Amino acid sequence: MEITVRLYLTFRTGRLRTETREYPAGVTAAAVARSLAIRDADIGMALVNNRQAELEQELRPGDTLSLFPVVGGG
Amino acid sequence: MDALRALLAERADGDVVAWADHAEVMRRFGLDCPEAEGAILSAGFLPARYRRNRQTISTELQLRLHGSTVAVVGCGGLGGYVIEELARLGVGTLVAIDHDVFEEHNLNRQLLSSPAAIGQSKAQAARRRVADIDPGVVVRPIEVAFSPETAAASFGGVDVVVDAADNVPIRLQLAEACSRLKIPLVHGAIAGWYGYVCTVMPGDETLRHLYGRWSEPRGVEAVLGNPSFTPAVVASFEVAEVCKILLEQGCLLRDQILVIDLLNMDVDHIRF
Repeated sequence: MEITVRLYLTFRTGRLRTETREYPAGVTAAAVARSLAIRDADIGMALVNNRQAELEQELRPGDTLSLFPVVGGG
Repeated sequence: MDALRALLAERADGDVVAWADHAEVMRRFGLDCPEAEGAILSAGFLPARYRRNRQTISTELQLRLHGSTVAVVGCGGLGGYVIEELARLGVGTLVAIDHDVFEEHNLNRQLLSSPAAIGQSKAQAARRRVADIDPGVVVRPIEVAFSPETAAASFGGVDVVVDAADNVPIRLQLAEACSRLKIPLVHGAIAGWYGYVCTVMPGDETLRHLYGRWSEPRGVEAVLGNPSFTPAVVASFEVAEVCKILLEQGCLLRDQILVIDLLNMDVDHIRF
């Protein structure tokens, strides 16, 4: 199934900005992140179709997954 | 008040009052600098230092800023610029909260730092800096780390809190405290070329979304560090939000996050 992945800030470096990619049915947000070599601990916020999501959430065909790194400096 | 108005009418250039005449108001009426600034603005005159504010901020609104109190949690990279800009904007009272002292590695970006200030209190440096640039602004330095237990005492009379902290757990505690005390919070965070800004009104869950999955106190800044320009950019966005909250103008970054990527010059609004 097709999932559109949007990466932000540091996650874009050497990866992608927005791309529609093919994944097996039932893929989780965590599995998509792992497929892009993004560490769980680096993810501050995950959105599915612009709503907050858990990484364990299974995605549906056509979903858009957005991943944001933890930025905490001041 | 009539005597004050008469003096100002005689000395002012139109309605603009020069610094020397501000000092004369202090001397003649026995007022300190912030009191004199309040009296001048209340009389419908504008201290000359705000002349270039006025196409954006009227004298009436300048008086509102003068009567406002903003707390800044963290006087480092973001906080230094936030305090500088709030003072020059004319916010009358600033609460500068930081338990830390300057170290050499702060010098690349922290506006309040200098070689002479190494080892000295950041909160006290904020007080000294503002006294230099505008003695009409009162700074209340608090040299104790923010904690939920001290929040109510630190934020008494505060209209807006600025999050310029440097780690995730403190940011979440700050958001919770501001929500409990019903004070708007303007959040900014930086790492390398990157930053987040948003405004959190009491009851909003924005920071719970943004840091919902945090497991380590520091984010990517632990690897990337922070160059000079990122805190200046993000702090300026934060101050613009504070100004709009205080003046009840414009559109706020509420229920959304501004995602700033200075490496690629991308700015995204992420709306929930």
